[in-house]
Amino acid sequence: MTTIELDTSPTTTIDARGSYCPGPLMELIRAIREGQVGDTLAIISSDNGSKTDIPAWVHKAGHELIGVYPHEGYDEIVVRKLK
Amino acid sequence: MHSVLILGGGVGGTLVANLISRKIKKQIDAGQARVTVVDETGEHVYQPGFMYIAMGNQDPRSLRKPERRLLDDRVDLVIGSVSGIDEADRRVSLADGSSLDYDYLVLAMGSRILPEAIEHFEQEAHHFYSEEAALRLRHALDAFDGGVVVVGIAGMPYKCPPAPLEVALLIEAELRERGLRAKSQIHFCSPIARAFTIESVSEMVTPELEKKDNELHTFFNVEAIDPERRTVLSLEGEELPYDLLVLVPPHKGAQVLMDSGIAPAPGGWLPTDPHTLNVGERENVWALGDATNLPLSKAGSTAHFEAPVVAERVAALVQGRQPHARDSIYTGKVMCFFEVGDGKGTLLRFDYEHPPKPPAPSRLWHVGKILFNKSYYQIVPRGRGGSIEKRL
Repeated sequence: MTTIELDTSPTTTIDARGSYCPGPLMELIRAIREGQVGDTLAIISSDNGSKTDIPAWVHKAGHELIGVYPHEGYDEIVVRKLK
Repeated sequence: MHSVLILGGGVGGTLVANLISRKIKKQIDAGQARVTVVDETGEHVYQPGFMYIAMGNQDPRSLRKPERRLLDDRVDLVIGSVSGIDEADRRVSLADGSSLDYDYLVLAMGSRILPEAIEHFEQEAHHFYSEEAALRLRHALDAFDGGVVVVGIAGMPYKCPPAPLEVALLIEAELRERGLRAKSQIHFCSPIARAFTIESVSEMVTPELEKKDNELHTFFNVEAIDPERRTVLSLEGEELPYDLLVLVPPHKGAQVLMDSGIAPAPGGWLPTDPHTLNVGERENVWALGDATNLPLSKAGSTAHFEAPVVAERVAALVQGRQPHARDSIYTGKVMCFFEVGDGKGTLLRFDYEHPPKPPAPSRLWHVGKILFNKSYYQIVPRGRGGSIEKRL
């Protein structure tokens, strides 16, 4: 298990476990739309596709991927809203 | 008296009412049970036909039937708008001030479209999720003489997931037939990393898009429409100018379900057990069709295969017995046709454990879809589809 080491706690944590593609990505997009520039968003997903799809989306959308942190049965993906 | 109340007279509500009444007809005839459907309009609409109004020559009148004619004589029909659900008193209020008590409640209220949620959508974008909008799109296509067509999805989840891809491919085929293809571009915008949520379907349809020179834009989540520049903008920063814009509008669950505290905001999708179809921890409330939060297609087919499960569970409670194990567990079964243009289609058949393996597009599945659409009213709402499903 990997421990997330962030300077500060995420502004928002979205627990999307049990939701399947594209649920976790859509949840993150909703949080990004509602959040402020500089917010740190953590999305927790048990869907295997999230750890590739979400970083790809973050790259295209121009936000910052802080990290993908694997846990037992789920991944935690942390993103900073840049614009 | 056992009171079974079904909210919604679409595919799911109508079919589940007929299946329940068939199972408990002795109790109904003995005055020990009653089954009531509440429907807002009293008119049943075959919504998958809307796409064919826009893309073909579907007569809108043939898509509508009086709900009463589709329901078993033992089922009561109340035409009215649900204004509240009081779970403590097991009572549903209607907008006309009346109310209906229930012991068992089935929520089949579908989904609703919200084009107004995106500024300028209603003036600039076309869609095919209502009869009026589909007719308007047909007229726009008739007047179209070449240019840039953008087809996209302005919110997930939405009804009939293959439909926007089908529309992009059907428009391409139509423009080719009309000699307008050379002076047209077609863009298909997907909100996710691929053309379709299910990978195997993406793998089938992406080569079809490429073969027909439909440009695929992934991660295109519609953010805004600029009517002056006739450009649609994505959250991801992409901009696409259009001459004809076709967008799936955002969808939500029924507002009254959110207002009653049963379905959480912002989507309003009912938290539904994937196998029993009970809503949350409620043992006397079920959901089916578009209204659920299940990771399945919002499609009539889903409701069609869910209805027997709900019917068996309700009937078992009315009759004071255990539900039959085989009939009372939903496995996530969905089956739907997928048009790819040029008179060809394929079939998507899947469940929770088995993703679809769509056969190579052929005329067979296109004809299958047309025949199914034409025979819908004879087989589905009345629960006569068993033999057809077994053959597919």
